[in-house]
Amino acid sequence: MLAAALAAAVSLTACAPDAQPHSRTATAAGDVTLTVFAAASLKDAFTELGATFEATHPGVDVRFSFAGSADLAAQITEGAPADVFASANERQMDAVGEAVREPQLLASNTLTIAVPSDNPAGVGGLMDLENAAVRLVICAPEVPCGAATAALADAQGVTFHPVSEESNVTDVLGKVASGEADAGIVYVTDIARATDVDGVAIEGAESAVNRYPIGALATSEHAELADAFVALVLADAGQAVLASYGFGAP
Amino acid sequence: MSQSASVQRRAPRAPAAPTPLWVRVLAGVAAALVLLPLLGVVLRVEWNGFLERVTSEQAVTAMGLSLRTAAIATVLCLALGAPLGIVLHRMRWKGRSVARALVLAPLVLPPVVGGLALLYAFGRRGLIGGPLDSAGLTIAFSTVAVVLAQTFVAMPFTVLAVESALAARGERLEVIAGTLGAKASTTLWRVTLPSLKTALATGAVLAFARSLGEFGATLTFAGSLQGVTRTAPLEIYLAREGDPQTAVALGLVLLVIAVTVVVVAFRPLGRPR
Amino acid sequence: MTLSVTVGVESRRVNAQFTVPEGTTLALLGRNGSGKTTILETIAGLLAPDSGAVAHGDRTFIDVADGVFLRARDRHAALVSQADSLFPSMSVLDNVAFGARARGASRSDARATAQTWLGRVAAGDLASRRPGELSGGQARRVSIARALASSPTLVLLDEPFAGLDLESATAIRALLAETLRGITTVIATHAALDAHTLASHIAVLDGGRVAESGPVTRVLTKPHTAFAATMAGRVLLMGTPESQGIRLSTGELVPCETESVAAGATAAVALHPRDVALEPTGIADVVTALEPHGDLVRVHGARLAADVDPVAVPLPQPGDSVHFAVKLAGSAYSV
Repeated sequence: MLAAALAAAVSLTACAPDAQPHSRTATAAGDVTLTVFAAASLKDAFTELGATFEATHPGVDVRFSFAGSADLAAQITEGAPADVFASANERQMDAVGEAVREPQLLASNTLTIAVPSDNPAGVGGLMDLENAAVRLVICAPEVPCGAATAALADAQGVTFHPVSEESNVTDVLGKVASGEADAGIVYVTDIARATDVDGVAIEGAESAVNRYPIGALATSEHAELADAFVALVLADAGQAVLASYGFGAP
Repeated sequence: MSQSASVQRRAPRAPAAPTPLWVRVLAGVAAALVLLPLLGVVLRVEWNGFLERVTSEQAVTAMGLSLRTAAIATVLCLALGAPLGIVLHRMRWKGRSVARALVLAPLVLPPVVGGLALLYAFGRRGLIGGPLDSAGLTIAFSTVAVVLAQTFVAMPFTVLAVESALAARGERLEVIAGTLGAKASTTLWRVTLPSLKTALATGAVLAFARSLGEFGATLTFAGSLQGVTRTAPLEIYLAREGDPQTAVALGLVLLVIAVTVVVVAFRPLGRPR
Repeated sequence: MTLSVTVGVESRRVNAQFTVPEGTTLALLGRNGSGKTTILETIAGLLAPDSGAVAHGDRTFIDVADGVFLRARDRHAALVSQADSLFPSMSVLDNVAFGARARGASRSDARATAQTWLGRVAAGDLASRRPGELSGGQARRVSIARALASSPTLVLLDEPFAGLDLESATAIRALLAETLRGITTVIATHAALDAHTLASHIAVLDGGRVAESGPVTRVLTKPHTAFAATMAGRVLLMGTPESQGIRLSTGELVPCETESVAAGATAAVALHPRDVALEPTGIADVVTALEPHGDLVRVHGARLAADVDPVAVPLPQPGDSVHFAVKLAGSAYSV
């Protein structure tokens, strides 16, 4: 019992709630599995694109792993069996370096303010967030959305006094949705898929934009299929889907 | 000490009971399962720059916060958990097993779920937290929330330790104390609690270790702000994003602390009589 | 301040009743398992009986019918149990001082009282030891000191000499005889000797029930029941009184004085094996067992027993037919 307690004490809770078991083995009837690692904010758009891809490529099963870009980058570096990687910013794509062949930009995402549906603090714009009475939650600067937030603050000459700096944008959203926070800075795409949350636009949000690169892995066993998926995402049809979820042009 | 004297002192040791080979093999596998990951951490550490990473302002702040909050949480676990263990043991109604199961729930609850539960109780819109927030007392996003989260997940250790110690011992001594004229508090302080020393120590060590490593509930309930709520595990979680070597280094520090605490606390038990 | 006890515990098959006059000692005499511990623990407050009532003077300890159960703390009844039950987390001195401190004495006063009591039980040098370091006899003495130092109005001793060597037992017997003078005491024991030396009254327990009770000397020398006679180490013979002795139902005559026997009553005499011998004629019996008794052998029959010198007389074996002759019977009495 002691060893178990020790292990529990030192362990870190997994932060990839959507991680699915990866399988590259061909199942019966010649099915092929294409494994796509994608940033959490791409979940809704990519799920739709994945279904489209399966429809046009019978016998192919697209499996996604949605998580924080840094986690995915670390797994790729450790040799996780992925075929495609789409990251929430260029820094994480750079981190995997040679593992990905010729990454290209697939979309961009701008920031916005999220408030609980009743907007208890009456937030109307970025300036309101400087007020210390407003409980603001943002991403930590070490993660893509946090880096963008910091850049935005710089560009707009605003100082934030957050009560918490989260490690991923989902946690920020969660705290706003539950009413724990009065406001949070998240992606525009996050407002669309969240309930109990309203968005307040940021004037000049274009000054800090996250660009999402995507690329096929050099070690992929399904290079052609991987390239085909990337092509789908970059094509007009794919871009339209991304736009429908709030993403901007790359 | 002369050689003859040391030879005389050593009493003959009784041979240990024979252990079948398959048991030893399984024990080896178990040891490997625990030790290999720990070894993995040690081997991954980049010793070049280790000291800087571990003594950076962020790291020191996080570690200090972790140790402070874990210490306070442990004291709370003892002060609250011991009475609960005693009351549970003395409960005479059939609901006792249900009561015990509920009290021990945090032990098996996924920490994130624990965090949500804390939120629903003590968050700004929670059962208790709501009224408190209207009165101007917000618990979430504060160090108090961190201590609360740690106490919530670690208290079952002290409760269990006390309850099982009492169950094993029976309460004859307490009744004898009564015949000698002691009132309930006297009996508790002078007879019951001293007899629970070992159980309390075990419970405290486990509670401290659990508090030190608490992550999911803290993240969900307390948030993550340097110096206020970002404990060492949260700092490690964040460091992985951009600075994996710092994450490994801090992980090693936590590991060493955990092992040291356990070794120091359990040393009296290992001493042969 | 008489102690009156009526205890019924079904699960342990106890149903006993007796009283102890104030300031006297009553011996609860019975074999192991006869319910002595159950009764003592009920009086002390460790046990709640199914039925009965216990009262000491005007203080009601228990009344099951009325739902009264006075907590142990308010009974001022100290129990010395066979298990000693010393508090392992404190020193011997603090153990003995526990009662005084619990009732409000300062630590130094209580410890002074404790040291005095330890001296009286000849355990003064054990003050700084821990209970775990004591031998059986030492622990028993400390346990007694602890009970007496708590100023009880009632003392309950459960087999205080069990597990002690002869020297310790003798010393403690003398100590108890001296210190229990004037304190109402109940002492549970299986040895008649303890009843003789320490008690003025006795209740003989047979299978959870009181077979016989009364003043010690009377019950143990002139028992009215066969069981009490056995506990006293004697054998009871009963029959019709005649001028020369008692006529047994089987026809033999036991020669003894019968003047004290009331007219029309059954006469009885309790014979000690040393007053009985194996003879060619006498009371017919069959040997059931042989028991070593010092350098003599006690030959047990179904009806009588005799202490026999194995050197002088050939020993019969179990199953043999023998005759017992009464050498000295003394006076018969009415039952």
